[in-house]
Amino acid sequence: MSSSPSPERAADVAVRLRGVTKIYESGVAALGPIDLSIGRGEFVSLLGPSGCGKSTALRLIAGLASPSSGTLDIAAASSAPRPGHRIGFVFQEPTLMPWTSVRDNVGLPLKLAHVPAAEARTGIDAALAQVGLSDFADAFPRELSGGMKMRASLARALVTRPDILLMDEPFAALDEITRFRLNNDLLALWRSLSMTVLFVTHSVFESVYLSQRVLVMTARPGRLSAEIKIDADAPRDDAFRASAAYAGYCRRVSDALAPAYTGVHAL
Amino acid sequence: MTGPRERGAFVSGARLASLAVPAVVFVAALTAWEVVVRLNGIQPYVLPGPLLVLKTLVSDWDILAQSLLTTLITTLEGFIAAALGGIALALLFNQSRWLEWALFPYAVVLQVTPVIAIAPLLLIYLPQQTAVVTCAWIVGFFPVLSNTALGLNSVDRNLAGLFQLYGASRWQTLRYLKLPAALPYILGGLRIAGGLSLIGAVVAEIAAGSAGAGSGLAYRIAESGYRLNIPRMFAALVLLSVAGIVIYGLLALVSHLVLRRWHESALGKDS
Ligand SMILES: Nc1ncnc2c1ncn2[C@@H]1O[C@H](COP(=O)(O)OP(=O)(O)OP(=O)(O)O)[C@@H](O)[C@H]1O
Ligand SMILES: [Mg+2]
Repeated sequence: MSSSPSPERAADVAVRLRGVTKIYESGVAALGPIDLSIGRGEFVSLLGPSGCGKSTALRLIAGLASPSSGTLDIAAASSAPRPGHRIGFVFQEPTLMPWTSVRDNVGLPLKLAHVPAAEARTGIDAALAQVGLSDFADAFPRELSGGMKMRASLARALVTRPDILLMDEPFAALDEITRFRLNNDLLALWRSLSMTVLFVTHSVFESVYLSQRVLVMTARPGRLSAEIKIDADAPRDDAFRASAAYAGYCRRVSDALAPAYTGVHAL
Repeated sequence: MTGPRERGAFVSGARLASLAVPAVVFVAALTAWEVVVRLNGIQPYVLPGPLLVLKTLVSDWDILAQSLLTTLITTLEGFIAAALGGIALALLFNQSRWLEWALFPYAVVLQVTPVIAIAPLLLIYLPQQTAVVTCAWIVGFFPVLSNTALGLNSVDRNLAGLFQLYGASRWQTLRYLKLPAALPYILGGLRIAGGLSLIGAVVAEIAAGSAGAGSGLAYRIAESGYRLNIPRMFAALVLLSVAGIVIYGLLALVSHLVLRRWHESALGKDS
């Protein structure tokens, strides 16, 4: 299986932005105009300097904010309707409710969708198993390590079996070893669940390791400045990390990113 | 170097001291008071010694207990009204900006106007018992209102986004997000309101005292004052303080029990 190219046919598109801009009430032009499309089942990383509008882009796609101009299309679900929602969102912080257990946190989307308790329980158990947190279902968030909290947050995003998973620098605050492990787990989940993933990160290495396509943004207001396809087949593992091809991709992405940091005023 | 055992001993020693020091000071102060009264032959109608106060407390127990009960019931009614009213109003304000703009100024006016100045008016317009409870409510409800409002608005932005993403209804957002997030704030407001309700009840009783048939502790204090029965005045005062301390302690305990599984304020140092 080779990585899919930038999608052309409408049927293959999961997310499409055309001329999208976002200007906040404060007058800050945060994003765009930006055009991008993400194919169904694709794993795409979004990379750019701090403050360039990456989180803004994710919030627009998730419908948590509305664009100031341009059009935004989210493809209809690829299969039968499922409980909850077809978009999953993982925030930069774990964003768990501290007053309740991991199980209730993960089950929140199902509860909000009025899924019957028995059915929800099965779904929650499956999601917890997927992220390796089965033993901590009844723990409270404060009893978890940082990595485990992120896993819980990921389980909550997966519990509705979303078509599209949006992740906003989810592993940025974790140590490298934990991050590598979560990267591998994420890739395994992506392959088995056939989701579309849009992954925002600061890390050149992470973006190359994970994705089929890396989109590089300019400084604020962010536009796309480069697109790098990572034509490396599975498995992505430690051998890939050590390969010359990997190093080459990292250099290309770094070079594409560098101009965004000259004369930076966004920091 | 101190090993773990010595440190443990040191810690429990510090704990012991934290209990013993106030106790010793308390006893010393009472003793000094008693000695001063006896050495100078101060008359009981000027300043009774602590032993006499204690004796009065026992001998007048029937009448004082009756009054204590009256005051506590007033306080409780005022507190419950303050709690329900404060929380309900905060919820209303949270759901409707317009209501908040329209009504919040009056809540502030009620709060900043000294209750002692309002009490005589209320006693004119309302039956006495209602007026007294209303005073307890007036002083108690604002901290509940403002704390609850603060709590409802302190929801994590991303959590709120999550609820929006999953299409939560207003009721679901309130029930599963805003109320739990506001709980520590609400409990903090209630803790303040408990003590304030007692103050409100006492103030109203004193204002009502001259008007007639009140029989609460504050009325006893005023009455004992007129009759120069100073020992009973002190005894009633002691009961009031103890009541205030117990109310605060109970509410703090409830707060601790409710929050102990998750909120920082109720967690031990190393959990
Ligand atoms: N709610 C908001 N109101 C006003 N301005 C905002 C808001 N959110 C973000 N901004 C501004 O929009 C710009 C882009 O913000 P955004 O959070 O999307 O950046 P980002 O690329 O995610 O940055 P980072 O990598 O540091 O997370 C920033 O300049 C920020 O100040
Ligand atoms: Mg961001």
